[in-house]
Order: sequence, then C-alpha cells, then structure tokens
Amino acid sequence: MASHSEIKEQALRISIQGVTKTYGDFFALNDVSLDIEAGEFLTLLGPSGSGKTTLLMVLAGFIRPNHGQVFFGSEDIVLKPPHLRGVGMVFQNYALFPHMSVEQNVAYPLKLRRKTKDEISQEVQEALDTVKLAGLGNRKIGQLSGGQRQRVALARAIVFKPKILLMDEPLSALDKKLREEMQIELRRLHDNLAITTVYVTHDQKEALTMSDRIAVINHGILNQIGLPQEIYSNPTNAFIADFIGESTLLPVEVRDSTPKFGESIISVNHEVGSDGSYLLVIRPEKLLLVTDESTAPNRFPCTVEESIFQGESQLLIVRLDAIKSGDNEPYRLNVRIANTSANSAVIPQVGDSICVALEKVDSFIVKQE
Amino acid sequence: MTAIVGNEINIKSLRQQERKERLVMIGLTIPYLLIVILLIIVPIGWLFGTSFVDQDGSFTFKHYIRLIESKAYYRIFITTFEISIFTTLICILIGYPLTYFISQLPRRFANLCMIAVLIPFWTSLLVRTYAWLVLLQRKGLLNNFGIELGLLSEPLPLMHNMTGTLIGMVHIMLPFLILPLYANMRAIDNDYLKAASSMGANQLRAFWTIFFPLSVPGLLAGSLIVFVICLGFYVTPAVLGGGKVIMVSMKIQSNIELFFSWGAASALGVVLLVLTIAILYIASKFVSLDQMSSRG
Repeated sequence: MASHSEIKEQALRISIQGVTKTYGDFFALNDVSLDIEAGEFLTLLGPSGSGKTTLLMVLAGFIRPNHGQVFFGSEDIVLKPPHLRGVGMVFQNYALFPHMSVEQNVAYPLKLRRKTKDEISQEVQEALDTVKLAGLGNRKIGQLSGGQRQRVALARAIVFKPKILLMDEPLSALDKKLREEMQIELRRLHDNLAITTVYVTHDQKEALTMSDRIAVINHGILNQIGLPQEIYSNPTNAFIADFIGESTLLPVEVRDSTPKFGESIISVNHEVGSDGSYLLVIRPEKLLLVTDESTAPNRFPCTVEESIFQGESQLLIVRLDAIKSGDNEPYRLNVRIANTSANSAVIPQVGDSICVALEKVDSFIVKQE
Repeated sequence: MTAIVGNEINIKSLRQQERKERLVMIGLTIPYLLIVILLIIVPIGWLFGTSFVDQDGSFTFKHYIRLIESKAYYRIFITTFEISIFTTLICILIGYPLTYFISQLPRRFANLCMIAVLIPFWTSLLVRTYAWLVLLQRKGLLNNFGIELGLLSEPLPLMHNMTGTLIGMVHIMLPFLILPLYANMRAIDNDYLKAASSMGANQLRAFWTIFFPLSVPGLLAGSLIVFVICLGFYVTPAVLGGGKVIMVSMKIQSNIELFFSWGAASALGVVLLVLTIAILYIASKFVSLDQMSSRG
C-alpha cells in the first residue's frame, strides 16, 4: 500500500480554468474553474442536465469546450485527443464490449500498450482480484449480473494504472443495497490505488458518503465546492440547501439585520447580510421536541398531521399553528425522530399539539433567489 | 406425483381455459398455414415430381443425369455463382462504408439518407433495369458523354456482358445489404467507442477492434440475403446480359418457352432450390436467421 507522500507523487492534479461549453444559446458549462488535488476523490454533484457529465466529458476529451483550459499536472490537455490522455473511465452503462470475455475486456487497454502476453495475463488477474472477480475471467459479458459488470468496468478502467479515474454515475443501475456496498468499496479502492478520482452523481447521499470534497453544479455553474460537512451544514444558496439532504425551507424576512419568521425572531448561527427575503433551512433530524414552557430559541408550535414509521426513524409531518403562506396554506415541517427505545414513549400521535425547536447552532438562512 | 388435495376444485376449469387459449392461437395461424400448404408446399412437391417425368409421361432420371453430364449446365451454375458472389462482394465494398457513414450521422440526416436508399428499392425492378439499359448501351448516356468529353475514343462495351449485369444487379441488391446492416450499426452503442478510446485506442484501432466485429452479424445477414436473392435472379441479368450471360433462372425459362421441357426446367429448379436451402442452412450456423428477417 502506498504511503501518503507516494500518493502525491503518483497521482496527478487537475486544474480546470474558465471552462465554458455552449450548445446554441444553452450554457452546458458556464465559466467553471475548479482545482482537484492529486489523489483526491472529488464528486461532481448536480441534478440531471446540470452540466456535471459535460464537465466529466471535457476531462475525458469527448467534449471540447468553447474556451477554457484543463491541466493534468502542468500540461494543458484541452486539445489532446481522448486516446492520448491516459485516463481511466467508468461509464454509466459500463460500455463493456459484448463480443469479448471478461478477461479480453480487461486486457484491451494492455494490448493497446503492446505488453507481452505474460504481463497482460498477470495484470489482468491482479485487476480482477482487486475488484473481487477472480475466477470469472472466461465469462461472457452477457452472463454477468449488474454488480459484476460494474466491477469489470472498474477493473478495465484501472488495469493500465491511469493517474486519473473518471466515473459517470457508475452505481446508478444497481439496487440500493448493492449500491451502498459498492460506495464503500469504491472509496476503499480509491484510497489503495492513490488515484485522482472525479466522480459524477446526482445522488447527494452517495456524494456525502464517498467524497473528499463535493462540487455542486447547477445550470452549468459551479455553485459551491467544499467538504461534505461544509456542503451539508453551510450551503451557500437555496438550491444547495434544498438539494443536499432533506430540508424544509421557511421564508424569513431580514429587517435591521434581524431575521423574522412572521413575528418571531429567528436566531441563526452566522452573520446576517443585507436586509431582504431569506429562507430558513430546517433539517428534519435537527428539530427537537420541546415542551411549551421551554426557553429554547426558534420554537414552532404545531399539530401532528401524519406520523410515518420508516424503520430506523419516525417521520412526523407537522402543520405550523401560527403563520400561513401567501395563498393561505399552512406551512408544514418534516420532523425526524430516531426510533430508539428511549424515544418510543415520547413519539406524539396524529392530532397532538406539540412544539418543535431548532437550536441556534443548527439554524442558518440563505438568500431567496 | 401426488396432487395438491385442497385445491383440486378449480384445476379442471384452469386446464380448460388453457386449452381454449391454445386453440385460439392455433386458429389464428390456420389461414397462413393454408396459404403455405397450397401455394408453396404443394407446388414444390409438384415441381419435384415433374422433374422425374419424361416427355411421354414415364418416370425418368434423365433430367438430372443431363444436369450432371452436360458441360453447358455446369457452366450455367458456375456463372450463376460467379455473378452472385461478385454482386455480393461489390455490394459489401460499396455498402459497408456508405452504411457506416449514414449510421454516424445525426438521426434526422440519417433518416433522409435511408429514404434515399429506399426510394429506388420501392421503384419497379423493371423500370430500374431498363433505365440502366438507357444509360449503358453503345449509344447510351454514359458512352455518349465519354466520347463528347474526349475521354473515350470508342464506346465501352457496358452491357450484354458481365459488366452490365453486375452494375444492374449491384444497384438493385444494395438496399438488401444496407437495411440489415444499418439496423445493426445503429444499435452499436457509441459508448463502446468512447470506452475504447479512453483506454488508448485511436479511431482506426477502435473501429477495427470494436465497431467492425460488432457489425459483422448485420454484414453477414445482409450479404446472405443479397447472395441468395442473386442466385435466383432473372429480370436484370436477362435484360442487361442480353443473352450472353446465362443464369440458372434464364435456362429454366428457355427450357419451358423454347423446348417445352417441363421436366428439365423442374430439375434445374429443384437443384437451385436445394443449393439455396443448403447455403441458408450452413449460414444459419453462423448468423441468426432471426436477424435477417426481423431487422431486414
């Protein structure tokens, strides 16, 4: 296993500078700049059509940007054709060659590199071992399960020891349980291989699970880049707040640097900017059940409308008693209570009047767009 | 086997229902079966029978013996296979690159190109063959043009020979190759080529190692259709060959029209049919016939 300093030497740093790609009037990528450290696992996260895959394809060389530079290490590779970039790539549908066996698929990049037969068979075996497919080398692609295909695609992408690995939603075709196993396995593989990895997904949970850093992309614009914790706890705009994790957004007005929801003052964990319309971001698991006499800040008296058992937790949908929205609909919040035995006594029933509170440290507001 | 006791009440009605559904399915195929029997099985049986009957009505092998002994017949079969093979090869040489080009176009343009391929396909065979006559003859468009421009000193013999026959045949057969091949090529996922190139293959390498092998089933299917149709082709070689190029189908015709020898004609027909079936059978070991019919 490689030590940390070795990782830095082997892997390549990626630097994306001012990359723009348009299709007619449509900006698929709008002036995206982004540095990816050597050996880092960076996830490009965004909804479909956000431009995340376009950016990955720019890195792979299948899409040429209108302008902007892409550096692998110190080399600008924007004009380099894909086959000379030496980048490992896992495709969403795996793109395994159906007319070749598992072994032939994995050997393909090695044959192109004119390795000897012995080298090829040894390296293919190593790669298949790495992805836990030893012994399946002679299988036809059609005989493999979805999870096995995924592993072959991975083996094929890493067998020639590329310095950069690109993955385009590689787990999206797998069922939930297998997907979650593979997330952890992929992350472990990344750590062992010392390879700069760029991973595209629309699944925010997957991004939070796997990444060193997450880059959130929407409408071709890089919205925020940071550690998973930062993205989750301090989203910089309403889109990210809504997109990452579960959240309910309540409108608050800021006057004289004081945020107010209706008449009640909301205490937040950060400096408040200029006056105007903001949104309070409420994570369901951060809401606490409190009594009416509680002195906690940010309290919301409400009535339980629905109570849903979800295994490890109970999801309450509650209706705020006090304030209604512009179209006279009451505001609703999601409240998540862990299903521990200690909690079982306090879980309220449908119709109960309760009070939920949001601690100051868990409260933050983002500008309404 | 022991029956499941508690549930025997409805076993009977379930079975009845199943039998009923099967009968309906068989009923639906009856009209087609009748047509096949009346128009294909019976005539072929009759053809087979006729080939063993002498002019005076007695049983004989003489038609087949003549086929084996006569150099002329041997020559005709060779010509037929030559023309079929050459037509197929030229169709592949012209059709493969063309189909590849069309398959790489955006779908809208590709559809336009396929319509251009199909329009002649839908035009009458006779019309197209005679059109070639106008173009290829001694004082035809091509020769006149060549002489006017000073490219030719005297007219090229473009028809009443192998050249003319091949030109016409290739033109008529090309769509039979292009249609299954195009369907096959369209189905090849572009990501395969991207994957190949991400692993270090240049375009030429990716084409030969990935695209071409994946297009072979369509190519084989198309070639087989062309070859088999060529074997029994009549109109085009008759018109453009001008009697100089004699294929089996033409000999059958002359046996009947000139010599009134139904027996000899039938024997030729039987041999051609058997050869064609044999070729299809051998080919079916390599190509799925499904692909020929469903994609063609």
